[in-house]
Amino acid sequence: MADALGMIEFFNVSKEYPRSGLALRDTTFRLAKGEFAFLTGASGAGKSTILKLAYFDETPTSGEVRVSGVTSGDVSRGDIAQLRRRLGIVFQDFRLLDDRTAEANVAFALEVTGTRHDQIAPRVDRVLKQVGLGSKAKAFPKELSGGEQQRVAIARALVNDPFVLIADEPTGNLDEKATRSVFQLLRDINAAGTAVLMATHNLDLVRRTDYRRIELDQGRIISDATPSREEMPS
Amino acid sequence: MRLTIRDAILAARKAPLLSALSVTTIGFSLYAFALFGLVAINIRRALEGVEERVEIRAFVVDNARVESVVTAANEIGGYSEVASATVVTSEQALERARRELGEFSDVFEAGVLPASIDIRLKPGFRDPRNVAAVASRVRTIEFVDDVRYGEEWIAQLYRLRNLAGVTGVILGLAFAFVAVIIIGATIRMTVLARAREISIMKLVGATDGFIRMPFLLDGFVKGVLGGVLALGMSWTSAQVLDRYLNFHAVFFDQRMIVIGLIAGALMGVLGSGYAVGRHLRQL
Repeated sequence: MADALGMIEFFNVSKEYPRSGLALRDTTFRLAKGEFAFLTGASGAGKSTILKLAYFDETPTSGEVRVSGVTSGDVSRGDIAQLRRRLGIVFQDFRLLDDRTAEANVAFALEVTGTRHDQIAPRVDRVLKQVGLGSKAKAFPKELSGGEQQRVAIARALVNDPFVLIADEPTGNLDEKATRSVFQLLRDINAAGTAVLMATHNLDLVRRTDYRRIELDQGRIISDATPSREEMPS
Repeated sequence: MRLTIRDAILAARKAPLLSALSVTTIGFSLYAFALFGLVAINIRRALEGVEERVEIRAFVVDNARVESVVTAANEIGGYSEVASATVVTSEQALERARRELGEFSDVFEAGVLPASIDIRLKPGFRDPRNVAAVASRVRTIEFVDDVRYGEEWIAQLYRLRNLAGVTGVILGLAFAFVAVIIIGATIRMTVLARAREISIMKLVGATDGFIRMPFLLDGFVKGVLGGVLALGMSWTSAQVLDRYLNFHAVFFDQRMIVIGLIAGALMGVLGSGYAVGRHLRQL
């Protein structure tokens, strides 16, 4: 049996919402340790639903989600809290606290998980440098560009050393330059051993890489493939 | 704990108006509760005043020896229910009757009243059952001719007392319930103002208990401050009644004030727990 720690697994997962109906149908896939995978598809295809199920913001209507050994069938609220400390989650809208500086936003993720006070500052400093914001630690979100705000959000996601980074349209609000820069950061993070599951509309970004692509349409996986070098645009 | 206190202070600093509004709302809801409490204790005090007049009068036969009556009175005074048993001679009875009847005192000019043993009961033993039990025991004394204690009057007094007690408890619980709901709704505004922060806390792995703590502390502090405000307003109201309406209301004693503040804090904590718990369940 494969080691389930550090993996995301979906087994015949369906998700139905009372008002909007089926968002995901009979979905099965596995994201291995250290892997990078895109989730693509039109709006409403089920990308965000998969991500929400992966960080247990939603529970499946049928089937089972297993994340690093935690299964959706018997998960408690306490288990979810513990699991999320080992996940990094990034959104299109950054979700930063506007009244706190960049470093305070990052430190927040450590404070609420009970990290020792004397360990917080060095870890925050390290991760802000990692995302290229060492000089902007004291800046408030409104003083930063969109790309920089997303870097702060990524730093917050990374500060607990997650085994996987779950990113829901992380470049959706960014211009071309900032998109490239944030995407390169995600690639660097993946190269360092953290798995990345990224939902995106940006097909240009997807086509430029040889990462695995899981394509969704109306709640179903219609293709799941890793392109060969030959298929890559020159 | 350090983080909990810091978060609670930060939240109050971030929204001072909302915090002031919360304390005022809690203060007024506790004030309504305190006013009800004041009315209840004043009614109770008034009823206690009436209860103190509950008395058993054992009339003795004309030829009873004074020494025997005094001995019997001492014996009755030793009953566990009895506060005092006093011998009243026929002369004293006549004098008392004249005094109590005032302008009609001349009707007793040539009258004779029987001597008696007047028995007062201890608080807690002035209910119809205990009064009747003591009366029955006294009636068995050889030279006691008749025992009277206003059976119907005592029964009515206790019906009134019980009614006041039950009404007080029901209204008190209703007031407390309404206060908790108002406090919960007020603190819910604080929770909603920090909804974004809470959702981020959840995303990065904060437990429900960790998220709840600053709100419970906030509720506790606001409950105590609201309690102090309510106390101040109640005291002012009692002073106004006393000064302008000449109504000498009994105010809360020290023990009741402490209980009131603890109740305020408890309502704050319960209201907060309810508000934040409801919010967390929806996430």
